[in-house]
Amino acid sequence: MISLANLARPFARERMERQAPAFLLAAAIMIYAVTALSLGLTRFLTPEAAISILNRSIALGMTAAGQTFAILVASIDLSVAHLISASAVLASVIMNGEPSMIIPAILASMTLGVVVGTLNGLLITKLEVNPLIATLGMSLVIQGCLASFYTSFSGRVPSEFQFFAYGEVSGLPFSLLVLIALVLLAWLLLRFTRFGSNIYSVGGNRDTARAAGIKTARVVVAAHIICSLCAALAGLYLASRLKSGSPWIGSEGAYDLESIAVVVIGGTVLSGGRGGIWGTTAGVVIFSLIDSIFNLAGIDAFAKQVMRGIIIVAAVAFYAVRSKRMVA
Amino acid sequence: MSGPAPAIEMRGISKSFTGVKALRDVGFDCAPGEVHALAGENGAGKSTLMKVLSGVYRPDAGTIAINGIEHHFKHPMDALQAGISIIYQEFSLLPERTVAQNIFLGREPTRYGIVDQKVMDIEARRVIALFGPSHHIKPDTVVSDLDVASQQLVEIAKAVSLNAKVIVMDEPTAALNDAECEVLFDLVETLKKSGVAVIYITHRMREITRLADRVTVLKDGAVAVSFDAVPAPDVIVHAMVGRDIGDYYAPAALQEEIGLTMLAVRGAGNDRLNDISFDLRAGEIAGFAGLQGAGRVALAMALFGASPFTRGEVSLAGRPALFRNPREAIRAGIGLLPGDRKAEALVLMQSVSDNGMLTARSLSPVTGSDRKTPFVSDQEMNRLLEQVDVRAADYAHEIKNLSGGNQQKAIVARWLALNPKLLIFIEPTRGIDVNAKAGIYHLMRDLARKGTAIMMVSSDLPEVLGTADRIFVMRSGELAGEFPRGVSEAQVMLAATGEITTKPEAA
Amino acid sequence: MTEKTVEMTEASLFPGKRRLPQVNPVYFVLAALLCAIALSNPNFLEPPGYLNFLKRAAPLAILAAGQIYVIVSGGFDLSVGSVITLTVVGSSMLLDNNDDATWWVILVMFAIGAAVGLINGLVVSYLRVPSLIATLGMMITLNGAAFMWSSGSPRGYLPDTFRFFGRYNIKGMPLIQFLPVALIVLVVVGIALFWLMHRTNLGRLLHAIGDNPRAAQMSGVPVERIRIFAFVISSLSGVTAGILLGGFAGVSTDVGTGYELQAITATVIGGAQLLGGRGSVPASIAGALTLAAIFTLLNFIGLPKPTRDVVQGLILIVAVVLATYRRNRAGGR
Repeated sequence: MISLANLARPFARERMERQAPAFLLAAAIMIYAVTALSLGLTRFLTPEAAISILNRSIALGMTAAGQTFAILVASIDLSVAHLISASAVLASVIMNGEPSMIIPAILASMTLGVVVGTLNGLLITKLEVNPLIATLGMSLVIQGCLASFYTSFSGRVPSEFQFFAYGEVSGLPFSLLVLIALVLLAWLLLRFTRFGSNIYSVGGNRDTARAAGIKTARVVVAAHIICSLCAALAGLYLASRLKSGSPWIGSEGAYDLESIAVVVIGGTVLSGGRGGIWGTTAGVVIFSLIDSIFNLAGIDAFAKQVMRGIIIVAAVAFYAVRSKRMVA
Repeated sequence: MSGPAPAIEMRGISKSFTGVKALRDVGFDCAPGEVHALAGENGAGKSTLMKVLSGVYRPDAGTIAINGIEHHFKHPMDALQAGISIIYQEFSLLPERTVAQNIFLGREPTRYGIVDQKVMDIEARRVIALFGPSHHIKPDTVVSDLDVASQQLVEIAKAVSLNAKVIVMDEPTAALNDAECEVLFDLVETLKKSGVAVIYITHRMREITRLADRVTVLKDGAVAVSFDAVPAPDVIVHAMVGRDIGDYYAPAALQEEIGLTMLAVRGAGNDRLNDISFDLRAGEIAGFAGLQGAGRVALAMALFGASPFTRGEVSLAGRPALFRNPREAIRAGIGLLPGDRKAEALVLMQSVSDNGMLTARSLSPVTGSDRKTPFVSDQEMNRLLEQVDVRAADYAHEIKNLSGGNQQKAIVARWLALNPKLLIFIEPTRGIDVNAKAGIYHLMRDLARKGTAIMMVSSDLPEVLGTADRIFVMRSGELAGEFPRGVSEAQVMLAATGEITTKPEAA
Repeated sequence: MTEKTVEMTEASLFPGKRRLPQVNPVYFVLAALLCAIALSNPNFLEPPGYLNFLKRAAPLAILAAGQIYVIVSGGFDLSVGSVITLTVVGSSMLLDNNDDATWWVILVMFAIGAAVGLINGLVVSYLRVPSLIATLGMMITLNGAAFMWSSGSPRGYLPDTFRFFGRYNIKGMPLIQFLPVALIVLVVVGIALFWLMHRTNLGRLLHAIGDNPRAAQMSGVPVERIRIFAFVISSLSGVTAGILLGGFAGVSTDVGTGYELQAITATVIGGAQLLGGRGSVPASIAGALTLAAIFTLLNFIGLPKPTRDVVQGLILIVAVVLATYRRNRAGGR
């Protein structure tokens, strides 16, 4: 039994952390601005430049929006990277250059997302498999299935569908608008619906939620379906951008680790129940900015990868180091 | 038992866990608008009874009737829907959510699928207002921003908002100060007036006298006695303890058994403790009493280096003893048996023998043989385990299958292997079968006789009074009194609640 | 009711546990698979058949024997695949086709491996980053470093002195005709890691911190130091596996890809408890051989290579489900 006096104290410390993503975002913007100014690259400080920075992280943003749901219920999804590839290839192969097949292709990708999310959720809730292992196993299965049939760019995306990645609506990239709509939808869902409330409750304390009559298994499964749907959407976007489906696009972008890192930087805790979509959004922008800073500074691709690995760990450490809880 | 029909009536409730009878043929009822106190020592079966009532456990025998209708709860939800709300010591609030969100957890009012914040807000305000105008809790406050008493109020508000007919409060004042207690008592009165049946679990006589209409005392899993009117406190206390203390607790230390000063603490403190000064001598058992949160566990953890002192001086057998972590303290000769064994002492998947060897191995070279450490070999450990009477089919089996008493004794063996100078017991008999308790007490005395200084922190006052040679009382992070063996329960309680103070004189 | 009855119930909780010593089911599964291979390909019973099988499985078996240290301590080490890559790529860069450099290059590689493990351990222990994230971050970083080192195009092959360990067979052995050096390495490493895990204090302390780190700390276990040990051992096993793989695989930047998951799968097949507290070195090696045997069988049946991933994923999940089921039935926690 924990004495109540002990309980009350850590909560006070956490209040400061609610502000942390905003500080990090401000710091990233500052560093970007200073880098651009000191290199005399003022054209990288225009609104157009801002949009292009944001546009760089559409797929990551979509995936991370979904990952936020998984992590909020104290789960995690490591299968998103390969699901992105599978969705991209599936859609591209079904379309195969035919505009009439766009709708069936989108439906097929979404169905794939629902199936994978449901399987992940059921493995975790009904068979009590550790979420890391369940989604890791799922990831291997998807990758294997995909690689059995496709080893290189497959299918062709008709030009109509390329509008998703390249189209503009009143000066703004269409894909960016889709991402903004997705984030707003996620926010509405989390903030204003009973389902959103249940997500926080289940992630905060599964036993308390169950005692309050919440069907916790259903909430976890639903969160995983949302997560997989978002990954499938990211796959559609990437197929549109590359004009064809690539079976390695997801793992190449390390979307599994990056989406988790972005969510954590956004202040959503890995143990669930605390955080939200705006933090994740801030995290995505921070990552885009870091990428842009590397580009401005002319760091080569491999060094960038090295730095990225370090930054991800450092970002998680930023939150983790103050917790007294021992991890392994 | 005249008056209105009982809101809740339990009859013939029995419940066993792996062969241990936790409840035997218990009957208990509570009428609307009545406060029925349930008293009893730790481990008497109060919590188990309430878990049966709330549907967490299913009874082996017996019936539960609400307003005369029999119910069989399969799930806590069933009990909740039948109008039974329990306010546990550990709160079931979500700290990151607002007051209103917590009150409406899992049953938020919605309109077109959108949570109706307005309705939640109004209802939360209404429920909180029931408790009088002095509570300024806003429905949109995040619960972790509230103080403990207000958090408790939210718990109660949740129960009221659920239209609970029966509210169970499990030692609700455990973490509250006096002013906060008064607020709570007023709340209970309010609930009572509105016709709720309140089952009030406590072992504080003051609260029983103040609030209760009736008292039932549980002892060893059965009803010891039930009073239709609240009798004098000593009558209740006698019913709670009510056994031959003589051979239950171990005998006191003889004068010649008490040796030189082992531990000396002078003006020590940290963020939970202030100005602590006392001595412990070899061969004695010092009991530390006090209310929940008075700093007894914090003191033990500070001595053990788990949450160290930040000021003052401590010496152990003449050497400086301000430790920064448990490992340092253990190396210097301090051992500690934590109150929450599962969380802080046991490695449950490992064998009984491995649990006994753990500390010896942790102080030995890492590449040394696991069967023969400089402190103890595995065969010697098995002998030690037998010596302290750990009963298991095989010491090579996982410790998780043992009873609490046997697990505790295995941890005693862990420390015995190191011959500690000072051994700290926190809640040594919590969760331990009544019959195994005596074994632990005698074990403590045997250790003391061999020259170890023993510090015992316990919330079980009869246990402290029956076992310790000297009793220290703590209050608000300070030592509030020191008493010799033979002091009365009342004197200790008075010191613990701050009505008298006898500062111990540091030598 | 007396204490006697309590004792009785405790003994009756696990009847037969004393009579029938539990044998890890992985050994039966492995035996059955080896029989299946022998039936479908009688050549397997000849020394070249099974020796080559063991030789090819040696890197994974060593990796699994190292990974189990981290698993038992309650973590994961996902960086070992990238350690393999770095070892192979780094060795080829440092050697630069110079035979004489082999020994010091190997030493340098072990030093790098130890440093990687140390960093993993420090980040997990002191920065409190969950090992999954810490080692994934390390994986990205090391893969990037391997690319940087070789400027994206690693050189074609390693000199023969380096490939000795992975590829060479000692000829003219009685009974078995020849003995692969890789197998000797596996046996030596396996015995060393078995001894360290199951015969020393370190092994017991690893179990304790994986089982309950708080209780271990309160019992005096230097939790951080022990955890760092585990990561260092795992990384060193990665370097060893990398040196063996360098012997029979070409030099490329994806030579280690996927090995981290195979190693974890192998430990799970070997009955290790994920998140710590239970695991065995020989059973993990048996798990690795089981996985290799499954892959071999799939090969015989003629299933394409990617099917491996599907099968491995399913095995991973099924093994965990079965372990959970067995524990729940045994009355678990």
